[in-house]
Amino acid sequence: MKTVGKIFNILIFIFLYAPIFVVVFFSFNEGSSRALFEGFSLQWYREMFEDELILSSLYYPLVIAVLSAIISTVIGTMAALGINALKGWKKSVFLSVNNIPVVNPDIVTAISMMILFVFVLSKFHGMEMGFGTLLIAHITFNSPYVVLSVLPKLRGMDANIYYAALDLGCPPLKSFLKVVIPQIMPGIVSGLIMAFTLSLDDFVISYFNSGATFQTLPITIYSMTKKPYNLKLNALSTMLFAVVLVLMLIVNLRPAAEKKKVRRTAK
Amino acid sequence: MRKIILSVLAVIVVAAIIVTGSVISRGGGASSGSINVYNWGEYIDQSVLDDFEEQTGIKVNYTTYASNEEMYSKIVSGAASYDVIIPSEYMLSKMIDEGLIAELDFDNIPNYQYIGEEYRGLSFDPEEKYSVPYTWGTVVIVYNTKYVDEEDVADESLELLWNEKYAGKILMFDNPRDAFALALTRGGYSMNTTDPAQWNEAAEMLMEQKPLVQAYVMDQVFDKMISEEAYIAPYYAGDAITMMDENENLAAYVPVEGANQFVDAMCVLSSSQHKKEAEQFINFMCETDIAVRNAEEVCYAIPHTAAFEELDEETREDTMVYPPAEVLEKCEVFVNLPPETMLLQSDLWIRLKTTYY
Amino acid sequence: MTKSVEVGSKKVNLIPFSGWMVVFVLIPIALVVYYAFTGVDGFTLSNLTWIWTYRSTLWLSVWLSLLATAICLLLAYPVAYMISRASEKVQRNASLFIMLPMWMNFLVRTYAWMTILENNGLINNGLRLIFGEDFAGLNLINNHGAIILGMVYNYLPYMILPIYTALTKIDNSLIEAARDLGSGGVQIFRRIVLPLSVPGIISGITMVFIPSISTFIISKILGGGKDFLIGDLIEDYFLGNSGVVNYNIGAALSLVIMVMILIATCFMNKFDKDAKTNGGGVI
Repeated sequence: MKTVGKIFNILIFIFLYAPIFVVVFFSFNEGSSRALFEGFSLQWYREMFEDELILSSLYYPLVIAVLSAIISTVIGTMAALGINALKGWKKSVFLSVNNIPVVNPDIVTAISMMILFVFVLSKFHGMEMGFGTLLIAHITFNSPYVVLSVLPKLRGMDANIYYAALDLGCPPLKSFLKVVIPQIMPGIVSGLIMAFTLSLDDFVISYFNSGATFQTLPITIYSMTKKPYNLKLNALSTMLFAVVLVLMLIVNLRPAAEKKKVRRTAK
Repeated sequence: MRKIILSVLAVIVVAAIIVTGSVISRGGGASSGSINVYNWGEYIDQSVLDDFEEQTGIKVNYTTYASNEEMYSKIVSGAASYDVIIPSEYMLSKMIDEGLIAELDFDNIPNYQYIGEEYRGLSFDPEEKYSVPYTWGTVVIVYNTKYVDEEDVADESLELLWNEKYAGKILMFDNPRDAFALALTRGGYSMNTTDPAQWNEAAEMLMEQKPLVQAYVMDQVFDKMISEEAYIAPYYAGDAITMMDENENLAAYVPVEGANQFVDAMCVLSSSQHKKEAEQFINFMCETDIAVRNAEEVCYAIPHTAAFEELDEETREDTMVYPPAEVLEKCEVFVNLPPETMLLQSDLWIRLKTTYY
Repeated sequence: MTKSVEVGSKKVNLIPFSGWMVVFVLIPIALVVYYAFTGVDGFTLSNLTWIWTYRSTLWLSVWLSLLATAICLLLAYPVAYMISRASEKVQRNASLFIMLPMWMNFLVRTYAWMTILENNGLINNGLRLIFGEDFAGLNLINNHGAIILGMVYNYLPYMILPIYTALTKIDNSLIEAARDLGSGGVQIFRRIVLPLSVPGIISGITMVFIPSISTFIISKILGGGKDFLIGDLIEDYFLGNSGVVNYNIGAALSLVIMVMILIATCFMNKFDKDAKTNGGGVI
């Protein structure tokens, strides 16, 4: 039974990683086929760094992701504080509205905003979809996730510490910064990271709301997949994947190391 | 916990700084403006753009589309502001009718003199006011000689696309205009017909063909034909030559029933804020040496007489790129369809895609 | 009942969020509804009746997404269960490695499936090594099976993780108590583990079904662009790839999806509550 389970697990992981392996493997292909390996070469990496379209579509999604993550973290955290203080039907109204972009399929969120933008922009001559609309769209679908990750931390927080600080004469703002923020920080940070990730990886919403002169990376990738397949894509994906892998490993190994330290000092 | 938070924040901040830094340094170059060029995918020698930027200091934002319809809807949705676009003739005439295209100032495009007489004043722009022809060509049928029997291609017919022997190995255009053109021609009708009965008959043919089709594709056709995943595909002549260069088993012919002949022309949108720079770009594309380089890359026939003389003999005498007059006679140029026919075409196309076998 | 922290005015805290949500979520949805019920001459139901002609598309989308969701559930549950029973270190690494593939662009990953499944792809070429060069190859791509595979592949992590989270929340002492009272493994699973993991299953089902039913890329890349799903229809009507842009029908289709998902969510929530009152009750 145990070995059957293990084999099953391994098969699932093979299933999840087979395409990743294919992408990475063929990024080193000497030939230009995505299905026939002709020898090892780094030429696609070289070409990728020479491709201005790819490079420029790397900058903007990062800017959008950083800006939208920060803005939606601020909006979302404030909203979470507000919602947490509400009660009854008011609270459920806010929570339901918050859930709309989470539950709605991407494509519906995307086209509903596209309708709004087209509707509004057609009234103002000379304005077009682009950086602005994309940023707005990303903030819109990011903020609810921040709210959802901060709320549980607020709920789980012991409010008495905050009031104790107030009683001891600490001014409200200072007690907020020194007492409340540190306690909900993990929620804020995971909201921030989630917003950043969602924004960076989003395709559907950007596809409908980016206008035409403005391409984010997934859109560039999409337009490249419509062309004769180019292994530059594999090189690019492999590189980004490696960066993420390293970051994740650093972040994930940290707690283990810290825990060990704590245990050691506890002894 | 704090350390993790801090390190993650640090990573994000550093990323942000790098990003903004690079953006600023990109914007810092002394450029005299920028233009947005919207062109078909795989339809330019990219190095030409670099040369243009270097010579003029004008930055080119280059984006691509896969079909005339995609380009058109992006532009009319108001979502985009392009300066230079390169549509096919029928889309161009539609856009001229709708006032989307600006009149060119030919004083800024002295190189227009090189455009051959037979390519000037064509049906879509009879007064030579709006456009400068970029390339032209016909639709051809590409096939793989290794898998397709000689007797099936001996008559060079469109029937090859409906040959059940090659079920699952046939590719088809993923845009209604080109796909219906093939079916209408097969039925012996004009590809510009407005007769609903003929359109319906063409739709029937496409339905009948659907079970034989491996996939509906546009530029993915390169990949699938070169890797021999599919054996038969209709596509544009210049691209067919690119494919044949990559895989020597491929061959192509202009179907005897006739085919679509297209002219793609450069023009400037009337909403353009950089008309002068856009005209400068068009003029640059018509410099003889640039046109030669571009033609060698994209493999399409060019209307540029001086550049044509400089192409190698093999290309000039390639009957697929420059078909002889008797073949061209049977070819037809798309004209802009009236709205009710467009609507019918769109409905029939969606019905094709929503009929499941 | 613990007091909640009230920092500043709750009204001030809620202003940016409320404003944002009204302008960019509620108004756009109102616009979708508006477009769905209007035509050239004002109010009309013709958009919705027009959709009736696409009933086979709706049915196909629902059917493929349901199959994909069911397959995801069958594959994900054992994996989630085994991970939740493993040591803490294995648990952390396992959930990391389940998330990791999602960090590579999904278009590129889906494209890679093409390389794997094609007639000249890795699987068929592998089979050719075994059965000889003349092996015709299996038809693995450009059909509905490939679309389902694409959905399962892309959304499987969304099924594994919530189930895993729900399973880790189960109090081990409950299981031990049941064992002490003489329950067998199957009974413990059926009476304790399964009911208590229902919330995870439900959020997994939602998280797989919703993106599956609205996808428009997977059907293009792995389905060969032959058969439209609802997502393809919406894309087509909004971007006009077939030559005609029609926001009204596109909006009506989006409305249909929204209503379908709303009904599904209500149904799920009810199921969730039932499970909580009948089954666990201890959470």
